[in-house]
Amino acid sequence: MDKSKLVRRSEWEWEIPRAGRMEVPGLLFASESLIDEVDEKVREQLSNVASLPGIVEAAFAMPDAHWGYGFPIGGVAAFDPNQGGVISAGGVGFDISCGVRTLLTPLRRDEVEKIRDTLADALFYHIPAGMGSTSRLSLDKRAMTAMLKGGARWAVSQGYGVAGDLECVENGGGCGDADPDEVSEQARRRQTEEMGTLGSGNHYLELQAVAEIFDPVIAAAYGLALDKVVVSIHCGSRGLGHQVATEFSRRMILEAPQYGIHVTDRELASVPAHSPPGKAYYGAMRAAANCALANRQILSHFVREVFKSVIGDDKLPLLYDVSHNLCSPEDHEVGGVKKRLVVHRKGATRALGPGHPDLPARYRPVGQPVLVGGTMGTTSYILAGTEESGRRAFNSACHGAGRSQSRSQALKQYRGEDVVENLRRRNITVKTRSFRGVAEEAPAAYKDVSEVVRATAGAGLARLVARLEPMICVKG
Amino acid sequence: MAEAFEQAAVAMTAVITPPDRILPQVAIRVRCEAPDRELLLADWLNAILREMSALRMLFSRFEVTVSGNSLEAVLHGELLDPARHEPAVEVKGATYFKLSVAQDEAGNWTAQCVVDV
Repeated sequence: MDKSKLVRRSEWEWEIPRAGRMEVPGLLFASESLIDEVDEKVREQLSNVASLPGIVEAAFAMPDAHWGYGFPIGGVAAFDPNQGGVISAGGVGFDISCGVRTLLTPLRRDEVEKIRDTLADALFYHIPAGMGSTSRLSLDKRAMTAMLKGGARWAVSQGYGVAGDLECVENGGGCGDADPDEVSEQARRRQTEEMGTLGSGNHYLELQAVAEIFDPVIAAAYGLALDKVVVSIHCGSRGLGHQVATEFSRRMILEAPQYGIHVTDRELASVPAHSPPGKAYYGAMRAAANCALANRQILSHFVREVFKSVIGDDKLPLLYDVSHNLCSPEDHEVGGVKKRLVVHRKGATRALGPGHPDLPARYRPVGQPVLVGGTMGTTSYILAGTEESGRRAFNSACHGAGRSQSRSQALKQYRGEDVVENLRRRNITVKTRSFRGVAEEAPAAYKDVSEVVRATAGAGLARLVARLEPMICVKG
Repeated sequence: MAEAFEQAAVAMTAVITPPDRILPQVAIRVRCEAPDRELLLADWLNAILREMSALRMLFSRFEVTVSGNSLEAVLHGELLDPARHEPAVEVKGATYFKLSVAQDEAGNWTAQCVVDV
């Protein structure tokens, strides 16, 4: 991005000044090297978001920002419904509530080494992954509605996990404001056989070892210790979420003009949050989020079953579950006044600071776990939310590395078999059903996640807690 | 324009797997209608994705008939076989980003759509 057109507000903040139809400025959180890498298209997209009705403070971009459809990935935008603020399907994305959850395991790195192949094979065969995969669950109409209403709570009630998991999931395990009636038959039809599946593309299930501790106090509160092994699962709302996003994006394009909202990019189509289509999308989106939460809950249960069969122990406590494509009603102080805003995060993670009432009691002293996934061959990070993030970016932080190459560029440059072999030589086991998929996900096709989290911490959006190194990765 | 829509569908399939790996064993009918031809293109590709997902099928051959801003089509394909098709990625949806259906001066049609994976 051309820095000469930005106003540098601090070491980590780069402002796109208000101009033209922008209601607020754009604000990117990044180091100088990350700003140099960000595509110019992000400037255009942030400026467009900043022009939407009712937007509050700024259109934000996290350090891992790259261009998306309408809204940039890594984008955060909050709107005041009482000032004509909008809700936008493009501000959430296709994979509603795509997110990450991390489970603690009883194993250390050296213990996993002894059973590496056995554990990798067991996970690969027992975790449904890849396009077209199904699990042993098939939901009838009644179960589908209950799942869309209850999310992870529903999954626990069906025997997938334990009640203690729920306090470590955003919204206590389920969005209570979901409206299953707004989820179409087509969307439900796509999900009937897909509960408990990992998906494909950049979705993964990974065994990771704690390689470095930055903050011993917070790490201890999270149950993390050097060389302990965790399991992280990255996936979302599967076919149902995609269908909800598709249907409502289309509806917003057609109905936005009725509300005087005209956008140059159709992906920015939005409607007033309090309008009938706005409320309909909100209810459906929150139901789709419940689908994602239930999905990750069921996958966690499958992982626990695998550990039970391989090591005889299925006690894998849930550290936390975060969504990074979601729109939520949140209370924030704006100009000294508390307001209920509609906060869109697309490729960005909620990051509540210490003391926040929405945190489970055990995390209230230290802040919310923020799970930031790297690529197969690189590190992932666990951070903690800060109070400062609430003042700077509506309690938001980065979500991952962000791509530096397109899929087609990566496919031209890398062979999946070579990627797997190179990682094997670095003691990282990759299990996959598609070598082409692995090539597209080659580690070198992504930005440097360490620089992303350094900038996130530098900007005060979250605090570094631990660094994780991959050991086993199951890809769809 | 119908042929451009057929080729767009083949191109979308190629994102998942080489189309020549898919045997045209079963025929599925779809129908779409939209306010303009760009939305029709997105609706068309999303209709294919919907059938792929719900039926667990892949399609390699498409017969499209366009009438105004509506189309009828037959999709030819087979059940997804992970071992033979090795799907690289799942297409989540056809986006409206850079969506375009246009005819040049020579009368050639181009249908363009970015799909999310």
